[in-house]
Amino acid sequence: MTWIVKNLWLIPILPVLAGGFGAVARQRNRVFAASLAIGSMVLSFLLSLVAMAHVYSLTGQGTAAREVFNFRWFEFGNEWVSLGWVLDPLTAVMLVMVTFVGTLIFIYSLGYMAHDENFTRFFCFLSLFAGAMLGVVIANSLLLLFMCWELVGLTSYLLIGFWYQKPSAAAAAKKAFITTRIGDLPFLLGVVWLYAQSGTLLFYNGGSGAIEHSALTALVAQTTSSGMAVSTAIALLIFCGAVGKSGQVPLHVWLPDAMEGPTPVSALIHAATMVAAGVFLVARVYPLMSASPSPVVSGVVATAITATTALKVVAWIGAITAVFAASIAVAQNDIKRILAYSTVSQLGYMMLGLGVGGVAVGIFHLITHAFFKSLLFMGAGSVIHGCHEQQDIRRMGGLRKWMPVTFAAYSVGMLALCGFPLFFSGFWSKDEILHSAHGWSVSQIPFYLGIVGALLTAFYMTRQMFYVFFGESRLASASHSTTPPNAPNDTPHESPSVMTMPLVILAACSVLLGIIGTPAWNAFHAFLQGERIAVDFARFGENGILPVMLASSLVVFFGLALGWWLYGRKPIYSADQPDALAALHSQLFGVLENKFFVDEIYQATIIRFNGWAASASNWLDRRVWSGGVQLVSQSVLGLSWFNRFVDANVVNAGFDAGCSSATRGARLLSHLQNGRVQNYLRVLGVALVVFVLFLIWGSKG
Amino acid sequence: MTTFPLLTLLTFLPLVGALLILVTGQAASASSDRLVRRDRPERSHAHARALAMGFSLAALLLTLGLWHAFRSGSGAMQFQEQHAWIPSLNIQYRLGVDGLGLLMVLLSAIVVPIAIAASWRVKGRVPLYFSLVLLLQAGLFGTFTALNFFHWFLFWELSLIPAFFLIRLWGGAQRASAATQFFVYTMVGSVALLLAFLGLFLATGSFDFIDLAALAHNGQLLPAITQNLGWHGMAGDRVALILFFAALLGFAVKVPMMPFHTWLPAAYAEAPTGTTILLTGAMSKMGVYGFLRILLPIFSQQILWMRKPLLVLAVATIVFSPWAAFAQKDLKRIFAYSSVNHLGYCLLGIFAVAGSSGDSPMLLTQRAAALDGVILQMFNHGLTASVLFWFVALIEKRSNGLRGINDFGGLRKVAPVFCGLMGIALFSSLGLPGLNGFIGEFLILKGVFPLAPWATAISLFGLLVTAIVLLTVLQRVFSGPLNPRWSGFADLTLRETVVLAPAIALMFLLGLYPQVVLGVINGTALAVTAQLKF
Repeated sequence: MTWIVKNLWLIPILPVLAGGFGAVARQRNRVFAASLAIGSMVLSFLLSLVAMAHVYSLTGQGTAAREVFNFRWFEFGNEWVSLGWVLDPLTAVMLVMVTFVGTLIFIYSLGYMAHDENFTRFFCFLSLFAGAMLGVVIANSLLLLFMCWELVGLTSYLLIGFWYQKPSAAAAAKKAFITTRIGDLPFLLGVVWLYAQSGTLLFYNGGSGAIEHSALTALVAQTTSSGMAVSTAIALLIFCGAVGKSGQVPLHVWLPDAMEGPTPVSALIHAATMVAAGVFLVARVYPLMSASPSPVVSGVVATAITATTALKVVAWIGAITAVFAASIAVAQNDIKRILAYSTVSQLGYMMLGLGVGGVAVGIFHLITHAFFKSLLFMGAGSVIHGCHEQQDIRRMGGLRKWMPVTFAAYSVGMLALCGFPLFFSGFWSKDEILHSAHGWSVSQIPFYLGIVGALLTAFYMTRQMFYVFFGESRLASASHSTTPPNAPNDTPHESPSVMTMPLVILAACSVLLGIIGTPAWNAFHAFLQGERIAVDFARFGENGILPVMLASSLVVFFGLALGWWLYGRKPIYSADQPDALAALHSQLFGVLENKFFVDEIYQATIIRFNGWAASASNWLDRRVWSGGVQLVSQSVLGLSWFNRFVDANVVNAGFDAGCSSATRGARLLSHLQNGRVQNYLRVLGVALVVFVLFLIWGSKG
Repeated sequence: MTTFPLLTLLTFLPLVGALLILVTGQAASASSDRLVRRDRPERSHAHARALAMGFSLAALLLTLGLWHAFRSGSGAMQFQEQHAWIPSLNIQYRLGVDGLGLLMVLLSAIVVPIAIAASWRVKGRVPLYFSLVLLLQAGLFGTFTALNFFHWFLFWELSLIPAFFLIRLWGGAQRASAATQFFVYTMVGSVALLLAFLGLFLATGSFDFIDLAALAHNGQLLPAITQNLGWHGMAGDRVALILFFAALLGFAVKVPMMPFHTWLPAAYAEAPTGTTILLTGAMSKMGVYGFLRILLPIFSQQILWMRKPLLVLAVATIVFSPWAAFAQKDLKRIFAYSSVNHLGYCLLGIFAVAGSSGDSPMLLTQRAAALDGVILQMFNHGLTASVLFWFVALIEKRSNGLRGINDFGGLRKVAPVFCGLMGIALFSSLGLPGLNGFIGEFLILKGVFPLAPWATAISLFGLLVTAIVLLTVLQRVFSGPLNPRWSGFADLTLRETVVLAPAIALMFLLGLYPQVVLGVINGTALAVTAQLKF
């Protein structure tokens, strides 16, 4: 085992340590905290490159190169729980992406957060997040992955709620944590189930891991009481976690709200890394997802993907999310919310890619998206910074004159996101997904959904571009109407170079990354699958590749043209001007603007149910359990009062001899009655009887 | 068998401390009355506090020594002491600890100093307060080390009395009814328990836990009951069931299990917060300990019969208590219900374990996992809940007794360290990996799932609602704009931070390296597993 495999843990630990030091550092030690955080990320990036090089040197044998390091953690019964990490192409690719994008975003934050009073704390949280995320990536144990996964959720909670004094930020943080936890609990159940079935949670362990051949064979062979294969059931439970984390329908509601966090956080966590963790999870447990009774798929990637139930669910959820979120993005006015819905939509594409095309297809889009979406978010941050914290695109306009670098970089990101043909990475990665969807044996509908999503993506990005960068600035008029006319410095300004340099680097990557994923030279695909990397232009001629490319290009052009027709043809003159689409069809626009009312529906159902259940439980406690106690004690009091009355007026009058034992008992008790002690005694006696009856009844049932 | 009676020493150490405080404290305050000098009572209070803290720390040191000397990995009783006590009744003075007992002794030894620290500024009859706290500690130590019912029961009751007076004399506005309710509930449970054991004694002639468990294991308990405990011609298994119910009531009230929990929110909320820490951190563990040490080995057959309704009650405890917590406005009541929820997982683990028949190695593993989880959860909950209530005490100290969830807002601005550390405790309570709460819950779920899948699935709702409740606390108290009323809210002082730090560090230690505890308790879990017979 080489040094890098043995010491892979250093990659997540370095940022965690930086975060730890940052946590105890004083607020004023800004340089210390920031340089520690950035330094640790750079070191992790270098180590990731070493890891990548190591995997690359092993690749090309036809199967994915994979080395693991496992260790014992704690014992229970006669067993030990083991944890470990794994280095394979998937890990290496993710490591390099996370550390590279992370480093750039850390540097960008230097400028963006420069004036924040909690600057030190911010870098502490960011580092902790990066460490947890890298932990998810290297984990060779579903348990370790789950733990890091939850820590990622925690740091996301802390960062969304970073401006905790804003009630909306605090609420958004809570919503994010709770919503993802809704997905995490089935995930935990899946973990526990997998553990019970296969006796280990290690992914790979020299043949005895939980997602290796022998364990999968056993899992597939067993069925649940409803007839579903156990492997499918577990896979679906685990997928619930991915749905929560990656903002898939119906748990997407937290991601747009998460934009309350500082923009670098949105770029790092809610575009490039954490939300992609769900996609990564599906990729990591892909053998489980794709396990079918016969023939059992071995290795990570099979050449032909069997459409198992789990993968079908993944594909459908992904396709639906892709269109659903894209259509909401069309009608949003907050620059970050548009990007957030766009992220949800693109995550849907990744899931679709995993479901129909396999690991490499989904992960390639994950990687390219990480670059261009963090570029877009950081560009949006630069815009917001330049416009004095204005986030409403209706109040921007004309920024290309004021912010040329941001405009250029943003345009690259926008075209990559739209999938503009040939020159942008997003085109190649999305095209691969659409091509796989086109060839899916189950249904063609996801393919068409993907096409519609592509159209919408091009459309809403064009709309945003025209609103933000073209026409005349509406910032001044907007601020004059809300703030006193002498508001300082109305003109937008370009951001400092510490913020624009990362944009330029990311823009370059957004273009260049496409090269490794073209059909002719699909280096990425080959690398993940452990195949030899070769150039073959003949692949363009393979079944359906060119037609699909042509179709998606046409759709993109159509979307761009439509956007121009509605928003670019006539410059937008006023912030209060109704949206062109709203003028066209106001009801449809209203539904989209209100995000299909999903939040309202949840408010009316789930949240109301929670409140109702809480009041019901409280009522049960106070009225039924306690109230029952009081009711019984009152009636006992009444009975003993009656007995004393009888004693005094009837028995003492001459019927002493007739006293029954019951009356004597009652009289004895009645002497004690002035305290509350006795009431409770009686009540407990009654409760005991009731309880015994209940247990006897239950034992028969 | 050690030659030196360490456990006896440990039990009597706080007892001596309690007496000492009472004697010297009363003398000091009496003299101060005569001299009418202002500083005298204050000095006597400081004296009592220092003595109490000193004795509790000495007990902690002694416990750590025991921990060090303990042979881990073994499920056998260690540091045993055995002497004839009342030969005519076959009652022996028998002490010993296994991993479970030792862990609970350690927990008590940790919780009591925390409780003393949280009660530092208690008002009125200060020496009495602290001597009662130490008396309660003696009761805890005795309960967790006794191996004979007679002896055990003595300490079980002994711990109840100081708790009653602590609530009754130093509690909040509703203290009278809360204390009475607490006392009577627990007392009724105890009486039922006593009757059950008298029945067992009549049937078998033994009060010894280990002997009784061995009888149950060999299948001799039921015949003995049939033979010696005929009651109105009732069949032996029926009589055994009644004995089981009686014993169950005693423990179910103490844990508590729904629907015997209604004393708890009132008692926790009305007790002075230092006492709440004792109640939740240590005394609630007595109930679970009873389940593990007594009920499970001796009455496993009966639990098996009653498994379904018992599981229903455990799941109800887990699911309904966080919802009830959500409806509360008082921080103490919120954490009280949250405590009920956490101990519900222990009950779930215990009942699930008792249900699975068969000896396949897979099943044994699951059972051991669940039992390890239960024991770990007891410790984790004790630690976390104590720290949480400690924070409540610190809040009360700064707010003159206010502790409603809506009374604050934005405190993070003025008290960032306070918020950070309390946040850690809250996240530990909601089971965040990396902190102590997670491992116990994971092991319980892992062990219980194959034995009772639906119960496990439903109880996950408890985890969700707990998260909602605790995050709401964080949101309401610490986030949002600062409530101007609390702009002077003091952050943790250096002294408070230093005192809290070890507890917080322990949360991280157990979350990251749980083997420290699991190595000690695993032997017990295996022994209990092996002893179960259906």
